[in-house]
Amino acid sequence: MAKIELEHIKHSYLPNPVKDADLALKEVHHSWSDGGAYALLGPSGCGKTTLLNIISGLIRPSHGRIVFDGTDVTDLSTQERNIAQVFQFPVVYDTMTVYDNLAFPLRNRGVPQAEVDRAVRDILEMIDLADWSGRRARGLTADQKQKISLGRGLVRADVNAILFDEPLTVIDPHMKWVLRSQLKQLHHKFGFTMVYVTHDQTEALTFADKVVVMYEGEIVQIGTPEELFERPSHTFVGYFIGSPGMNVMPVKVEGAKAHLGSAVIDLPGAADTSRSRRLELGVRPEYVRLGRQGHPVHIRKVEDIGRHKIVRADLGGMEVAAILGEHDELPTDAHVSFDPAGINLYADSWRVDLGGQNG
Amino acid sequence: MDKTWNNKAWFLVLPVLLLVGFSAVIPLMTVVNYSVQDTFGNNVFFWAGLSWFEQVLNSSRFHDALVRNLVFSLTILAIEIPLGIFIALNMPRKGWGVPVCLVLMALPLLIPWNVVGTIWQVFGRVDIGLLGRTLAAMGIDYNYATNPVAAWVTVVVMDVWHWTSLVVLLCYAGLVSIPDAYYQAAKIDGASRWSVFRYIQLPKMHRVLLIAVLLRFMDSFMIYTEPFVVTGGGPGSTTTFLSIDLVKMAIGQFDLGPAAAMSIIYFLIILLLSWIFYTVMTNYDARR
Repeated sequence: MAKIELEHIKHSYLPNPVKDADLALKEVHHSWSDGGAYALLGPSGCGKTTLLNIISGLIRPSHGRIVFDGTDVTDLSTQERNIAQVFQFPVVYDTMTVYDNLAFPLRNRGVPQAEVDRAVRDILEMIDLADWSGRRARGLTADQKQKISLGRGLVRADVNAILFDEPLTVIDPHMKWVLRSQLKQLHHKFGFTMVYVTHDQTEALTFADKVVVMYEGEIVQIGTPEELFERPSHTFVGYFIGSPGMNVMPVKVEGAKAHLGSAVIDLPGAADTSRSRRLELGVRPEYVRLGRQGHPVHIRKVEDIGRHKIVRADLGGMEVAAILGEHDELPTDAHVSFDPAGINLYADSWRVDLGGQNG
Repeated sequence: MDKTWNNKAWFLVLPVLLLVGFSAVIPLMTVVNYSVQDTFGNNVFFWAGLSWFEQVLNSSRFHDALVRNLVFSLTILAIEIPLGIFIALNMPRKGWGVPVCLVLMALPLLIPWNVVGTIWQVFGRVDIGLLGRTLAAMGIDYNYATNPVAAWVTVVVMDVWHWTSLVVLLCYAGLVSIPDAYYQAAKIDGASRWSVFRYIQLPKMHRVLLIAVLLRFMDSFMIYTEPFVVTGGGPGSTTTFLSIDLVKMAIGQFDLGPAAAMSIIYFLIILLLSWIFYTVMTNYDARR
């Protein structure tokens, strides 16, 4: 168990990167506190797996240092770093039995037989494969194999951190839920530092204390699920988290007023935006009020998804999504207004702090 | 449910049957024909029954050639398979080295059999060959024309030179099909180099290795051209393998009857061994 610090990590898969676009990781400077449960969230190809492999030592970063508990481990091998990692697709040793698969990481490190047996039995119980322990791993189904991979990651009690690279992709939804709860329990019990890569926001938000959102090789926001929802610090976070995503509308700003087409919207505070090229207003659909006051809109579509309705409206050529309660009536002459608590201003995609908000 | 059978489709295989008939069955039948007859020339034949078969099966000449051939096949397998695996493991997986290595490996396979024989025949000669003269200068008694050990070593080394590449290429194909995640997981699990080989690489190469063993065994069991060019089966008959013996008998001595009987026995031995290999391989697949 360790505190993991990433100091100005950059990585490129090309031998001589010249442009920013050559970098798989642009610059990551961040520390993971000991015993934290982090989710690394982002779309495919944003550098999540690269970052994970850099932490575990499978990849050496082109630039920067990795520090575990104050010791520089940048040049240490995976084994010396003592890290467990679970991959997206199941890796099992075909010719070994299920039991031997789980015992493998322990035996390689010369753990006494009695201790191996105890640890393996615990894990077999947890992944629900106790009845299969003597079977060869070859004929198992994909999700059983993935459970073995997961088990091999969890079997060592003394690791510095456990990294999960989308480990539940191939597992069916119910088992996913069970395994996720077990991971959380294990985390509480042993206090590993856990980093969990996923592109599934539900998974990220339920698993982690802190969610790290990555976009195009950069960490764009680190926060609790609530912070990500209420105060997305980058428009990408706004889009990516929440369903439907945040409404992002280009605006012109004068003082504390934003001009959205012909509509004028009061901002909660003023900000200096003179040097920004692109200004956008971000409002989550949960903060869009449909009623008889505000700016006139034209309703395009209503999607009834059960608990609530999603209304797609047209505000001066801009699409605005709003959420309407299940039993709320859609006004005939619809207008929208924005709840000041949910108004965010973005300059060149990054959030601008408007005075008067505690964000 | 009853299916509608249309047996007219069988006519479509007729051309193939005719071709196989002309190219394989009819020539084979002439051999069968010779094997049960005797002749004193003038194209006059007498019925000889199975006497040629009895003669061949009881002859120490045939037994010796068979044993030599088996020893040869097992020797080259014992060298080529481990060596092939070793080379394949050490070949680069990416970069400019890959095409270079693959071409170098494929080269011996592209050389015609008799040219391989000629190369080694010249290479090993004591009077003008690079290898022969070098060994002689080092004081080693090496002369494949007179020394049976030297002849055997030459024939074995030649086969290793010629065919190890096949094992290498097959193993390499097996190795490159292993996803990176396996090696990464092995690193995370702290596996030693030997464990990686034993539990990741060898299981993935298992199938191609079976094919390699089968091919190399069959090929070496039927070897003819290279030892014929280098040693001609000598010195004495120390490198006379089955096929060389067969040709000596049929074309050297014109003993058509015994040669035909031996051909058939030889053919049946190969058929039997192929069947054993095939059964082993399919059983292995079924167990998976």
